[in-house]
Amino acid sequence: MKGKGGKKTFPGNLSRVFLPFLGITGAFLLLDRYGVVNPYWIQIFQLACVVAISGMGLNVIYGYTGLFSLGHAAFYGVGAYTAALLMKTYVAAYGGGAFLPMQAAFFCCLLAGGLTAALLGVLVGLPVLRLTSDYLGIATLGFGVIMKVVFDNADSVLPQLGGARGMTGIARMTSIPWVVLGLAATTAVVRNLVDSTFGRALLAIREDEIAASAMGIDTFRYKVIGFTVGCGFAGLAGGLYAHLYTFLHPSNFDFSKSIDVLMIVVLGGMGNMTGTLFASFCWIFLLEGLRVLLPPEYLEFRWVMIPVLLIVTMLLRPQGLLGLRELPFLRSGASR
Amino acid sequence: MILEVAGVGKRFGGIRALDGVDFRLDRGELVGIIGPNGSGKTTLFNVITGIYRPDQGAVTMEGEDLSALPPHAIARRGIARTFQNIRLFRELTVTDNVRIAHHPRIRYGPAAALLRTDLFHREERRTLEQAEEFLAIFSLQGRRKEPAKNLPYGDQRKLEIARALAARPKLLLLDEPAAGMNPSEVGKLMEFLSFIRERFSLTVLLIEHRMRLVMGICERVIVMDFGQVIARGLPAEIRNDPRVIEAYLGQGARDKD
Repeated sequence: MKGKGGKKTFPGNLSRVFLPFLGITGAFLLLDRYGVVNPYWIQIFQLACVVAISGMGLNVIYGYTGLFSLGHAAFYGVGAYTAALLMKTYVAAYGGGAFLPMQAAFFCCLLAGGLTAALLGVLVGLPVLRLTSDYLGIATLGFGVIMKVVFDNADSVLPQLGGARGMTGIARMTSIPWVVLGLAATTAVVRNLVDSTFGRALLAIREDEIAASAMGIDTFRYKVIGFTVGCGFAGLAGGLYAHLYTFLHPSNFDFSKSIDVLMIVVLGGMGNMTGTLFASFCWIFLLEGLRVLLPPEYLEFRWVMIPVLLIVTMLLRPQGLLGLRELPFLRSGASR
Repeated sequence: MILEVAGVGKRFGGIRALDGVDFRLDRGELVGIIGPNGSGKTTLFNVITGIYRPDQGAVTMEGEDLSALPPHAIARRGIARTFQNIRLFRELTVTDNVRIAHHPRIRYGPAAALLRTDLFHREERRTLEQAEEFLAIFSLQGRRKEPAKNLPYGDQRKLEIARALAARPKLLLLDEPAAGMNPSEVGKLMEFLSFIRERFSLTVLLIEHRMRLVMGICERVIVMDFGQVIARGLPAEIRNDPRVIEAYLGQGARDKD
């Protein structure tokens, strides 16, 4: 218990999360403006933020609640397609910006993407979360495969979604402020949720479900809540992704993309926010950095180097890159 | 009467783990359950706490039928327990293990947690202070920031009892609290159980194999074998009951421990 008053309650307590992110936004906007950094890397930075939002979501599901989900990319995809479809429809109808300014409409579309993914999370979670550990993994894996098929054939219901040919013509709305503020908001929500009795309930379930229920925690309800919140962030990230690359293809949301996020959470350290942030950036910049460093004919060699790196990391640091250490502004503010 | 177990039966496949178990607990009693391995003692605890649903019979607490309730709802009605093979939240700190027990009594909602309102801070402070009090009673306050898995075995047993007490139960179920303790630790545990029972005005039901503990502090003893209650009474009566000696204590048991 340090400090008094102002900083501890809303909105003062959020300043500790938002200020660093605002600093980052400003720095990148300046770098972009004066052309110090190649636009390609600016885009990679945005992708890293998007992946980090999705990773924060899976961290709530797997890192904090211990629910082994192999279907995270499906929720990411649902958010992406939902937000893209709504935004495209809006642009087609009110193109000139008559009804709402474009940015406000985009905000609503992102929110809708996140909420749709969260709603689907509830619907999938209610039956599937009765399973534990490996069985839950298999069930969510199955759900991911189903959703890939749905994305592949979505054009037979809604031609705008493009199906296996991919969805085109999405407005490029995602920008540095959007991704950085999205990530800051995600981080703030996850931090405040985790550092409360609700977060402790999730952690208790991860550690020992039977003991948690014997302490009066409605374990099934909290598993559904944790899963839903995590899926919601995946959906939010999906919407940002769609409007960053302006093209969606079902292969962006297949099983291997779920594995990518899973690796980020495990690499960063289960139930560690700083670790997830750090690992997301390492992951994306490593993938892209190697693209620059390696000669083109050896590019596929990345898929040998990265798994080897993973194996080495897991052998040397099974607790994840950062273990339990958190950045100061992510440490529990009030209660320790 | 605080708890009534009436004609409770539970089968697993062809095995009758519990077969018509009947007993009552009065408020403030300290009752022991003994019986050979596999006689159904832990299954009985699991039925009372809702981990298993009984096939027959009913468990009622203060007149309310618990048999159809899920474990968390039973916990909220005032039953807390420890486990035979310690079930702590191993990666969490000692303080958090105890704080989790306060979960049902927390008065703020998710919105208050997200916005960090005054109510949130007040409740968190209160919870933390109460957790510290419990740790002080158990002399665990020096280790409050360590993960529970780092504690020595005896302290883990203590922490599990502390966590159960922090839930403010009316009825405490202890599943072999003295397992793995040496005789001097058992002596301390006995004193300690008497102390917390007074201090928190508890009703205690405990499973134990250590005869010294059972005979030393239990006011009544229930003996189980093959899922049935085969004897019940004062410790001194039980000790001399031929059925008990045959089923459980065996020859020379009087000299044991």
